[in-house]
Amino acid sequence: MSSVKKDVPAGPAASAAGPRGRRKLSPMAREEQRAGLTLLSPTLVLVLVMVVLPILWTLVLAFQRVRILNIRTAGIFGPYTVANFDSVFSSSFFTSLGTTLAYSIFGTAGAIILGLIAALALRKPFKGRTLIRASMLIPYVSPIVAVTFTWTTMLDPQFGLINYWGKRLLGWEESIPFLSERAREVSFLGLNFEIPTALITVIVFEMWRSFPFAFLFLTARINAIPDSLEEAARVDGATPIQRFFHIILPQLLPTIAMLSVLRFIWTFNSFDDIYLLTGGGGGTEVVAVTVFNFLTARGDIGAASAQALVLAVILGVMVGIYIKFFGKKEEVS
Amino acid sequence: MAVPVVTRRPASPSRPPEGYRWTRDVIETKVFGVLRWVVIVGLVLVTLFPFYYMFILSIRPLDSLLRDPGSLVIPFGELNWGAYQSIMTPQEDGGQGFLRFMGNSAMVALGTVLISLLVAIPGSYAISRLNFFGRRQISALFLAVYLFPSILLAIPLFTIFTRLGLRGQLVALLIVYVAQVIPVTIYMLRNYFDTIPTSLEEAAALDGCSRLGVLRRISLPLAMPAIISNGLFVFMIAWNEFLFALLFLVNTRPNWTVSLGLSQLAGSIEVPTTVLMAGSVILTLPIIIIFFAAERLLTEGLTAGGEKG
Repeated sequence: MSSVKKDVPAGPAASAAGPRGRRKLSPMAREEQRAGLTLLSPTLVLVLVMVVLPILWTLVLAFQRVRILNIRTAGIFGPYTVANFDSVFSSSFFTSLGTTLAYSIFGTAGAIILGLIAALALRKPFKGRTLIRASMLIPYVSPIVAVTFTWTTMLDPQFGLINYWGKRLLGWEESIPFLSERAREVSFLGLNFEIPTALITVIVFEMWRSFPFAFLFLTARINAIPDSLEEAARVDGATPIQRFFHIILPQLLPTIAMLSVLRFIWTFNSFDDIYLLTGGGGGTEVVAVTVFNFLTARGDIGAASAQALVLAVILGVMVGIYIKFFGKKEEVS
Repeated sequence: MAVPVVTRRPASPSRPPEGYRWTRDVIETKVFGVLRWVVIVGLVLVTLFPFYYMFILSIRPLDSLLRDPGSLVIPFGELNWGAYQSIMTPQEDGGQGFLRFMGNSAMVALGTVLISLLVAIPGSYAISRLNFFGRRQISALFLAVYLFPSILLAIPLFTIFTRLGLRGQLVALLIVYVAQVIPVTIYMLRNYFDTIPTSLEEAAALDGCSRLGVLRRISLPLAMPAIISNGLFVFMIAWNEFLFALLFLVNTRPNWTVSLGLSQLAGSIEVPTTVLMAGSVILTLPIIIIFFAAERLLTEGLTAGGEKG
């Protein structure tokens, strides 16, 4: 990031070393350099001041003893300490990291699979398909506060719809507190399982909320597959399942890979959904909620910075490994 | 890559017998033909049901909800729009003051749209059209910013604005929103500029048009669809945003946005659920209207912006 900052002012002079050496000294090229940087400068200033510098400052804050109370006296330089990272390695941070991972992995996979099913089901044209396709996107574009509130009401143990019909139709003996219950014993085929009720509920919500995103991109990709490919397979006697696995799925894999990365990153960082649904209770406290609580309830800016930083680093490493691994696979095929 | 699969395929399964029999192909086609409709109906129900539920709760009287929580029909006999009145009335008059919150949300969202477009149009044009040093690094920087955890960014911004005494002001929220949406705006607009052929601009430049003149007279009108869809997209992001509104404005009720207002009131027991559902409808309705009015523009803008990444 800092290299960009350095490069920009050095632009015109350094362009001699650039790949387009042919144009290096022409007045046109110089003018273009200047115009480009001038047009871009408002954006650049805004992003540097409001995003890049604050992120760098978080690095400093993570190593200082800063609280809301002494916020005015804290300086950029010293005194530095690593005490903030105690909260990272000694507290329940690892639990919430595990929760975050489970939430992001299952949420991402569920949303993509649901989006794929939706895209396949709505593939062939029929009357009203355009309207249905558009409606599929509503959960994704709607305000998070409104949809979480509706879900909370729907799942409410006292006057929620789900529990009402669950007790009437499915023979539930008592209301299930979907959003506050940590675990529930379930017996299935004579075996007893313990399932994390609230965590599963928020994962289901996440699937509902973000499958439209996967649906949108997969639909766009499916539409771009030439019909002739599938036609040829059909003529050769491939059944629908075979056509899906041998023709369609390979075409969709790059899109699915991109969706996995994007959705994983966003779910891993997400705060709103869980904060609004459970407030982090019932075993659903993800790291973003922990950080928020450290920042507001405890006013401990230093510890919050340290945790957020560790979160970002872990995310960066995971995405980096994935891209490296995936990039290699791409080369082989 | 698909070609060898296609040619090799018929060799492995035994050829289907002559005539129309219960071959695997026929069975699968029939099963999926039915399953498809089951899935479509199920998806539509699952997707839209919560919104239907939101709406019917907002027009039912509270005691009817408590008496019969499972009812799903529109209560024509006891239609009650009182919840809307209660949520919109100013707080001084015993309501919840959502009209004011809507004003705040609209102001912040429109401000974000205007400023971010003003800043991003020249910026994205420069990234798409002009060759200058550091162009690719800047693009990468914007992408990184777009994918960065906002909770990490929230900490220093919260600290800075607290220190400046600006926390609680709508202006602070506006600045943060602009910075948040700029990367995605630049990304989407740049992709659109990339699809516009340069020949028109070159012709105008040959005719003696200055660079800004070219941008204003040629490129801007051509990019209008992308600019509009982008504006709508940014409006939706700003209208829906929750985390920064919560961090910055929670202690200054007159400045609450609709999202923040609803989330704060949802925690209190004094406000009836039906009134809050009316609030949810009010919060959601503008977004759904915008979305259906510009659905094609929006989805195309989104996928075009993402497929290249």
